[in-house]
Amino acid sequence: MNFALFLGCTIPARLNQYESSSRAVLEKLGVGLVDIRDFNCCGYPLRNIDFKVFLLSSARNLALSEKRSLNVMALCKCCYGSLKKADYLLKEDASLRREVNATLEKEDLRYEGRSEVKHLLQVLHKEVGIGVIKEKVEKPFKGLRIATHYGCHALRPSQIVQFDDPVAPSLFDQLVEVTGAESVDWSMKLDCCGAPLWGVNDELSMNLTVKKLMNGRRSGADYVCAACSYCQIQFDKVQKMILSQRSLDHPLPSILYPQLLGLSMGIDGERLGLKMNEIPISDIETLLTEPMALPT
Amino acid sequence: MFLSISLYIALAIFGLSLIYKVSTWFRYNIGIRSTEMATSRRFLAAIKGIFLTVFSPKILTLLKIFTLDVLLQLRILKEDFLRWLMHVFIYGGFMLLLLMHALDKYITVALVDKYYSTINPFMFLRDLFGVVVIVGVGIAIYRRFILKVPRLMTNVMDLYTIVLVAVIMLSGIFLEGTKIASYTDYKRMVDEYSGLSDQQELKALESYWVKEFGVVSPHIKAPFDEKLIEQGRELHESSCAECHSKPQWAFTGYGVAKTIHPIALEIDQAHLPSVLWYIHVLACMVGLAYLPSSKMFHIFASGLSLLANAVMEKGKSDPANVATRQAMELDACTHCGTCSLRCSVSVAFDEIRNVNILPSEKIASIKPLASNRRLSSQQLRNIQEGVYLCTNCYRCTVVCPVGINLQDLWFNIRETLLQRGYPELLVLSPLSFYRGLMREETVLKDYRKPLIQAREAIAAQCDLLRMKDKVLPLTPSDRSFRSGLNLSAQAKTFSVCFGCQTCTTVCPVVANYENPQEALGLLPHQIMHSCGLGIRDLAFGSNMLWDCLTCYQCQEQCPQGVYVTDVLYELKNLAVKQLREKTVR
Repeated sequence: MNFALFLGCTIPARLNQYESSSRAVLEKLGVGLVDIRDFNCCGYPLRNIDFKVFLLSSARNLALSEKRSLNVMALCKCCYGSLKKADYLLKEDASLRREVNATLEKEDLRYEGRSEVKHLLQVLHKEVGIGVIKEKVEKPFKGLRIATHYGCHALRPSQIVQFDDPVAPSLFDQLVEVTGAESVDWSMKLDCCGAPLWGVNDELSMNLTVKKLMNGRRSGADYVCAACSYCQIQFDKVQKMILSQRSLDHPLPSILYPQLLGLSMGIDGERLGLKMNEIPISDIETLLTEPMALPT
Repeated sequence: MFLSISLYIALAIFGLSLIYKVSTWFRYNIGIRSTEMATSRRFLAAIKGIFLTVFSPKILTLLKIFTLDVLLQLRILKEDFLRWLMHVFIYGGFMLLLLMHALDKYITVALVDKYYSTINPFMFLRDLFGVVVIVGVGIAIYRRFILKVPRLMTNVMDLYTIVLVAVIMLSGIFLEGTKIASYTDYKRMVDEYSGLSDQQELKALESYWVKEFGVVSPHIKAPFDEKLIEQGRELHESSCAECHSKPQWAFTGYGVAKTIHPIALEIDQAHLPSVLWYIHVLACMVGLAYLPSSKMFHIFASGLSLLANAVMEKGKSDPANVATRQAMELDACTHCGTCSLRCSVSVAFDEIRNVNILPSEKIASIKPLASNRRLSSQQLRNIQEGVYLCTNCYRCTVVCPVGINLQDLWFNIRETLLQRGYPELLVLSPLSFYRGLMREETVLKDYRKPLIQAREAIAAQCDLLRMKDKVLPLTPSDRSFRSGLNLSAQAKTFSVCFGCQTCTTVCPVVANYENPQEALGLLPHQIMHSCGLGIRDLAFGSNMLWDCLTCYQCQEQCPQGVYVTDVLYELKNLAVKQLREKTVR
């Protein structure tokens, strides 16, 4: 099972631990990753500005993976949503496809729609499978309560992204629970993290983030768990910035899903980049159980 | 005489422009903070910084970087083998020619007991080095004009550099070729070195040189008398061989001599060898004198940039030195285009024809900005758009073969430009996420100003919004606007909206406000309705448009299948387009 790993712009520049922990986990699960150096921005930040630039950016990435006959695996949900959206539009609309291909041809590229776009969580859930992951969990967590954060651009528009049931999703909860942690019920589970407005309307962005994190904390979660670069930075670095400005009674630290899974699989915290999180999460290691002694 | 005078003039110009160029490193301001630091403070800080670095363990880092990145240029090798080969050939060959051939009186003579440019190995090596440079220039031309490396742009300075090197090399080879064939030069050498006066002996030697050494004589032609040649060979060995190897070793020049053989006498009579000598020498002198003002200045600046960036640390280095380094980096850029090749958003250039989107062109545009040259508002807006259309992915910085911290340059320039007051609509996109993360940086003096400006600029386009007693027409008033929502089929779905307000009810942004209409203007269902009515101003002027999270709750829940979020996206695109048409380009 091989995928073209789509890192996007944010992860290599600002969230290295997401890359290293994903690589560590996927390696143990036997998922092969191919790096395509020519990948460019997914187009997400440009959607507000220019539809054509967004479409072309996404299409170029899809054409690049198509050229190597690979499916794409995105780590960031905004990248995932954008690639999915572009893929959908280009499949639907022949004139858009012609227009995009006319530009791509200058680089000897072509979009035909043969590459599938998947998110890391989908690959883990559907391609690898909960059963296989369960076998690899050596040190399940005990007494850990996690608030799973699905992320808007993975869930919606459901007709296009087809990630999970948009109203009552369970894919991420299952993945969290396989690590031994408990996935708590919280009412704002499916709400936005606030990141799209960070830098545009900080006041509003902070309100939304605080509301969501408070809701998670009140629901009894010890950590919020994300699998998207924007959500993670919002819950980590931005939450830290909010803490210095507003008095929150208690932060709700955020852990990336591959960090959580990696720990339960016995991967070293160093390799998972636990120390790179802005709000410390190293305490989570105390909730790991020791590997069961093999029967002699 | 000519040589010395031209050399001194070239050296004088070189020295003065070098001083001028280096002074700009301390005078040019990039970013808001650098304006606060006086030139003298920056100069002293640089001296102190260099002193402290050289006498610290960091000297080892410097030595390592100097060997690996400056001399061996491994950073280029990592990117592109062909480019590395090209550059090593040009720079390696040229340096060797400079040391062994151009500066032979000072260097080669001092190193070697018996040096004549006409004996081996020098005669052979000179041609070998020359060929190496020419192959390098050939690769450069191939890459730029035949291979057409994506987004590699060729500007006047690139052409000047290629042409100058080509002229120096080709004039040198032709000079050598015409001299090999030249009868005048042969006579001069015989007079100066052989000491022969017997006519028979002179004839024998000349026959031998015509037959074996490619000299074209007006008196002696093939067929040759065997005995005469044998006598000539003996005379050659006793009087000439010691200081003159066979010209075949100078293989490029000899090739030229053979090619021009039929017209060699005319060429000699027209004194072409001396004309070529003047061209060769003048081209070298022009290159030397103009070096600090040309792209060639990167010979110094790029090395320094690599070294400086290797030992400077963000947050720890003196801000004065950061300001100086950033000014120096403008000279270090070789316009190689690696950044534009790897840039995450350079694909946008295919749709938005603003060259400043490409990092390699952006840095060129920043030079006049840093020197405080007056730029038109159009130019400033174009640069501003270019520096903002960036996902801050650091790829340009990671791949730059000369180690320029491009990301920091963009960040500083971005703020300086935004504070000048031209509204930039790109600030209203997730491209601002990074700016938000950096908001505690001191560079962001007036963090909110650009955000307010952009919204005001859009609102200013919307007359209807500002009217107090507005009367709304209830029949579609702006049909071109309605039909303009056609970038993708999705946006047309606004027409099936029946105003149930589900979108507004589920919107987390609306829910954030006690009085949402006051903060947001039109709410999602109202925007859908205004699209149906064709009222552009109300839709564009609403804060709702720019405060949309794009979380797709509205679209997901809409019972009518209206692509609410996508309609909002499209309205944003149209607003940007409308304003851009009025301002940029």
